[in-house]
Amino acid sequence: MSTLRGTGTLVRLILRRDRVRIPVWIVGVAVFLLGSASTFPVAYDSAADRQARASLMDNPATVVLTGPGFGRQDYTYGAMLANEMGGMTAVLIALMSILLLVRHSRHEEESGRAELLRAGVVGRHAPLTAALVTVLGVNLALGAVIGSALPVVLPRVSTAGSLLFAAGLTMVGTVFTAVAAVTAQLVEHGRAASGVAAGLLAVSYALRGAGDLGDGTLSWFSPVGWAQRTRAYVDDTWWPLSLGVALTAVLIAGAFLLRTKRDEGAGLMRGRSGRVAASPLLSGPFALALRLQRGVLTGWTVGYVLFGAFVGAIGEQAAEFVAENEMARRYFSQAGAAGDSAETMIATYLSLMGMVAGGFALQSAGLLRAEESAGRVEPLLGGTPLSRSRWALSSLAATLLGSVLVMGGAGLGAGLVHAGISGDPDDAPRVLGAALAYLPAVWVLAGLATLLFGVLPALSGLSWLALAGIVFVGMFGPLLRLPDWASDISPFAHVPTLPTEEFASAPLLTLTATAVSLAAVGIAAYRRRDVV
Amino acid sequence: MNSEPSAVTTSGLTKDFGPNRALDGLDLNVRTGEVHGFLGPNGAGKTTTIRILLGLLRADSGEAHLLGGDPWRDATELHHRVAYVPGDVTLWPNLSGGEVIDLLGRLRGGLDQRRKDDLLRRFDLDPRKKARTYSKGNRQKVGLVAALAAEPELLVLDEPTSGLDPLMEETFRECVRQQRREGRTILLSSHILSEVEALCDRVTIVREGSAVESGTLAELRHLTRTSVSAELTTVPEGLAELPGVHKLEINGTHVRCEVDNPALDEVLRRLTTGGVRGLTSQPPTLEELFLRHYEQRPETTTREGASR
Repeated sequence: MSTLRGTGTLVRLILRRDRVRIPVWIVGVAVFLLGSASTFPVAYDSAADRQARASLMDNPATVVLTGPGFGRQDYTYGAMLANEMGGMTAVLIALMSILLLVRHSRHEEESGRAELLRAGVVGRHAPLTAALVTVLGVNLALGAVIGSALPVVLPRVSTAGSLLFAAGLTMVGTVFTAVAAVTAQLVEHGRAASGVAAGLLAVSYALRGAGDLGDGTLSWFSPVGWAQRTRAYVDDTWWPLSLGVALTAVLIAGAFLLRTKRDEGAGLMRGRSGRVAASPLLSGPFALALRLQRGVLTGWTVGYVLFGAFVGAIGEQAAEFVAENEMARRYFSQAGAAGDSAETMIATYLSLMGMVAGGFALQSAGLLRAEESAGRVEPLLGGTPLSRSRWALSSLAATLLGSVLVMGGAGLGAGLVHAGISGDPDDAPRVLGAALAYLPAVWVLAGLATLLFGVLPALSGLSWLALAGIVFVGMFGPLLRLPDWASDISPFAHVPTLPTEEFASAPLLTLTATAVSLAAVGIAAYRRRDVV
Repeated sequence: MNSEPSAVTTSGLTKDFGPNRALDGLDLNVRTGEVHGFLGPNGAGKTTTIRILLGLLRADSGEAHLLGGDPWRDATELHHRVAYVPGDVTLWPNLSGGEVIDLLGRLRGGLDQRRKDDLLRRFDLDPRKKARTYSKGNRQKVGLVAALAAEPELLVLDEPTSGLDPLMEETFRECVRQQRREGRTILLSSHILSEVEALCDRVTIVREGSAVESGTLAELRHLTRTSVSAELTTVPEGLAELPGVHKLEINGTHVRCEVDNPALDEVLRRLTTGGVRGLTSQPPTLEELFLRHYEQRPETTTREGASR
């Protein structure tokens, strides 16, 4: 078919361009899943331990966040894996698929590179087909790795269950590959295409959460729900996968149909115009730094307010459950959380949110490097009286303000809802304070990003490796019984777990001083180096 | 610090990027109030020089002065008096062109709205469009409007017209002439020779990181060759053996050649011995000047070498 001419070559081009990115995704997702799975036999050695874990999972909050909890009566490693890791891993794989597909379809058109190819002997449908073939191939490869490695990593899990579990994950990735293929036809810009597809992913995850909480009907409207309803390891059911295959086929056909209805480079929906002149607010480097991360900051803040409110809402319920359940209480004291009040639950969730907010800090502080490598600071630093230190400090000030909004949003959401339930208005400021206590640790990450930016700009991405290490140590450190020095590398290990622990100002001051020193060294180095 | 009224001076500027030498002892002198053409092919070191002058890069050795200050140390203060258009203007994709122009203006401490509106009209730029939807030429216009609306002492333009259509190029030339009348100094890096020829008072030609020629166009021409084309009654003997004669073509009684200027007198004397019926002589175009510098090997590009 002439419209597919050149597809094979384009597939090779994608593989060449992403010869690092694709293996990193595959290895990264596999390590995330298999690494987490490998902690199960360590943490839950006996059947009693696993049943304790199962009863802990039997509460509305966890059901919404993870899965419907098939096999809780006999909580094998397989059931544990499917229930606790299945949903999150499916989301991760769906995100990977969306980002890769859009990267090789709409982003290529937006950059004009696709035009260069299309002007050659390349069929109209070849670029989209090549992107689809590659991303679906990546999904199959990842599924094969997961399916074949799980029986090795986890003792006493069935091969058939592992294959079904992996196939479910691949099915979700496949569906969202096709979803992204459609959104890439609708809008002109790659970021919007991935944004819309990721939004649909969030909706489908929320649908299955609501469904799993209720009678399960809504879960049948979600590809993630279909994957979980294969009941892998519990009662292997293959047919829900066919729903995903059918939806994928429909969506891909739709994407090609839409592709024939639009011009190269155009979307089916037109972009909006911008302002004729800048608003009076956009008048300095700080305003610019804020404006450039407006979307990122809004997303994080809204997400954290909502998740905070959710944490506030489940705190009481989870605490009641823990109080009634001897085994669950034992688990919690093992994991390092003392007491059994709602505030213990809230404090535990806030510590996790604090660590994840480090991701915001890195994204926000990464603005300096992103603007530099895009060549956009050149007119600012070369053509206006803006000095490097003022630009770097303005950007950091935006990060600082953003981190306060993000963690403050979480604290307010959790605090207000918690106070509403407990009936004690004093609870709101206490929970807010607990959330804000994580800020100095968050700033240490921003400081680290600034240090790398100044000293080793080409290796700025290393700061994400540091965050991954911090989150890993924070989540699995107690389970893996890591030595104290390893856990203490994380700045979050030094934050008092408010509101249950005593407030201590010394560690917070030390963390703030560390953040300031890291940033100061970074900025000093930036002032001395070439703009690259 | 400098007795001559120079807006820009560099001497012996060098800069290495790893093993590659981008600048190799570059000298540049831009006098206050002139339009100075900075000519050279891609990779000759024009942009590196400009980035050093703007304090974005630090020179490995050599001296640079910009408006009487040190471009690295005094970057911030100097930039109040300098405006810059890069060769490839990159913009924030989610800001409109109008927003970018205002922002850059405000960072300089404000800009004249009337001037901005006039430039938007002259360059026929729609400021409402988001930067990601601009073509290369339109992004370039955003950079030009932002820089021209500022009222700096020195305008640094690095291949500013790349991507502009001929109509807009003409608008650009008018704007540069107007800026010059208003007393500004302009450093115009370019490889569009007609543009340099039309706008520049003086020119510096760079090659492989150092300046090989500098002066007014008339001075540069004086150092080189004139094309001579003559219709003769009879062609005299020994034309080819005369010193300073190049590319001699004899076609019946028609003679064409290029002559080194110092040898011109002698060649014309010899031609008149054959009876001149028609004669045209042309000074070299900038293009010829330019090409000659790039056809030659580095060791023969000194001025002495040019007259050979």
